[in-house]
Amino acid sequence: MTETRIDRRFASLKSEGRSGLVTFVTAGDPDYETAAKILAGLPAAGADIIELGMPFSDPMADGPAIQASSLRALKAGQRMTKTLAMVADFRKTDNDTPIVLMGYYNPIYVYGNERFLADAVKAGVDGLIVVDVPPEADDELCIPALNAGLNFIRLATPTTDAKRLPKVLANTSGFVYYVSITGITGAAAPDASKVHQQVARIKASTTLPVAVGFGVRTGEQARAIAKGADAVVVGSALVTAIEKSLGEDGRATGNTVAAVLDLVKDLAGALRAG
Amino acid sequence: MTTTSTADAKVNSYRSGPDERGHFGLFGGRFVAETLMPLILDLEQAYNDAKADPAFHAELENLNTFYAGRPSPLYHAERLTDYFRQQSKTGGGAKVYFKRDELNHTGSHKINNCLGQILLARRMGKTRIIAETGAGQHGVAVATVCARFGLPCEIYMGATDVKRQSPNVARMYMLGAKVNPVTSGAGTLKDAMNEALRDWVTNVENTYYIIGTAAGPHPYPELVRDFQSIIGKEVREQMMAAEGRLPDTLVACIGGGSNAIGLFHPFLDDKNVKIFGVEAGGHGLDVPNGHAASMNGGAPGVLHGNRTYLLQDDDGQILEGHSISAGLDYPGVGPEHSWLKDTGRVKYVSVTDNEALEAFQLCAKQEGIIPALEPAHALAHVMKLAPTLPKDDILVMNMCGRGDKDVFAVAGYLGMTI
Ligand SMILES: Cc1ncc(COP(=O)(O)O)c(C=O)c1O
Repeated sequence: MTETRIDRRFASLKSEGRSGLVTFVTAGDPDYETAAKILAGLPAAGADIIELGMPFSDPMADGPAIQASSLRALKAGQRMTKTLAMVADFRKTDNDTPIVLMGYYNPIYVYGNERFLADAVKAGVDGLIVVDVPPEADDELCIPALNAGLNFIRLATPTTDAKRLPKVLANTSGFVYYVSITGITGAAAPDASKVHQQVARIKASTTLPVAVGFGVRTGEQARAIAKGADAVVVGSALVTAIEKSLGEDGRATGNTVAAVLDLVKDLAGALRAG
Repeated sequence: MTTTSTADAKVNSYRSGPDERGHFGLFGGRFVAETLMPLILDLEQAYNDAKADPAFHAELENLNTFYAGRPSPLYHAERLTDYFRQQSKTGGGAKVYFKRDELNHTGSHKINNCLGQILLARRMGKTRIIAETGAGQHGVAVATVCARFGLPCEIYMGATDVKRQSPNVARMYMLGAKVNPVTSGAGTLKDAMNEALRDWVTNVENTYYIIGTAAGPHPYPELVRDFQSIIGKEVREQMMAAEGRLPDTLVACIGGGSNAIGLFHPFLDDKNVKIFGVEAGGHGLDVPNGHAASMNGGAPGVLHGNRTYLLQDDDGQILEGHSISAGLDYPGVGPEHSWLKDTGRVKYVSVTDNEALEAFQLCAKQEGIIPALEPAHALAHVMKLAPTLPKDDILVMNMCGRGDKDVFAVAGYLGMTI
């Protein structure tokens, strides 16, 4: 597979000698325009890699914060075509920051797998995380995505034991996303030392970078988790910042974009200081 | 037939699914988060081991007999048969039987599945049980088997359903279960299932999830079907005893499809048996988001671990749907039904809320049986179908639940003051 923006970004993080910050926000939350502004501001605020959520009505692996974020986006009229358009817009001014689309299978399946992969590549998407498509179903989406030139990033979890890990790693590319807890997004922060052991276990089996996510909210936690990992993922805390910035009518206010980007600056600063 | 090889026989069978990846043709599969995958694979192994273990079958049979009260009777509904014959414009009218699964302990077919799964949970060494429920019949059956085996359980139930099925909520509490009302979405079965899956991902180490219908990731559709197939197996034997032959027509309601597949599966390869599944037509199939007929009004998609027909919009967002019956108010259906629809082996129809209410009342007055609103849907289709069939057509409808849970809600719909 040819080198992707994700590969290049991890290579440059390595040469800088620091762990990267991966930020998750949902496309279209709280509305298209505000979300596009947040997206455009993320690289300067310190996001090294952007995970962009494809909203889904039934996010089964997500906690209340990301559920609410997904529903805000859908209510504001977000659809897959708009999510891809948002990436294409972003690419007009940023050709370096990797974008990973993250979500659930059904909206992709209904869009049509082949058509989705072609349109994602055209829009400038670099990788996919699809929560509910395990390696057992690699033939339907993972392999075609790899063939289309996209990274397919697999989640490894505390329940992915030694026997199963090779299967999870087999077709993974770009990076491995280690889910630090058995649970849904937004749950309590994991114990950093346990995470370090688990990351070491995964690193013993792959040369791919490992990003750690689930439960990371503050700069301090990010710094603690980052030791030994190549990147840290923050999601629920960012969409909670969006939620808290909204007006009584549930719409974006003048503070919304800054609320998210300020938090990203904090997190990035903490990681760089570490 | 004697010259066909076993391989051909398998190809020609409707009963050989799923394949080793859990697929029924296009449908089924295992679409779950990685956290759950190892457990799903363990469950598959545990189920295969149990299937090969005579002690497992013996224990289940003992519980079915002495705890659930099986076999349930096959009952000739004489007055309804007469009624349909009077209605017949062709001088016909099928001979109608009910499979009386509403007489099981806890009042529905749900206990058949729960007894099987609680034994699996014990074999796997799990110490905590969770479940989703719509009508509350599955929740009550889960709470019951958990009490019987001394395991703690938590039941997820949509807030809307907590209201419309309150007698079952009380029963669950009395049986010692914790009931968690779910307020997301429309507060119905889909939302309860999302929340149960979230609990499971969080507590995967010690928790067994008893899914209440023949849906979800492989191997659930298969194992729930197998536990429910006792319904159809009994019907075969009972019908041979009563009539000396197999029935001509089978009818069952479809929520996720467990009572239906339980009745249908043992007959799928009997080509002369006509089979009808009845979906919830709510306010009518022409009312957008106003029904829960996923096969007649939906499209294939992926939700809750399997690919199947779903109510959804053109962006792949799942619709809430609507049915008067909490047990049928679900935007998906078990994957085997989706496959049986596409192969044409089973005909799936729908009836509206009002037709089901009419059947509910007819059954109570004609047969002295108050049906649950779910099988009232099946009966509403029998009301249309039976008068068009000849007199020598033997029809079996699955009376899969009793209506005790529905009497207050139905009284409300009918404007009765009690
Ligand atoms: C009595 C009864 N029948 C039918 C159903 C629908 O489920 P299934 O289609 O799995 O039989 C329910 C579900 O709650 C029920 O309580």
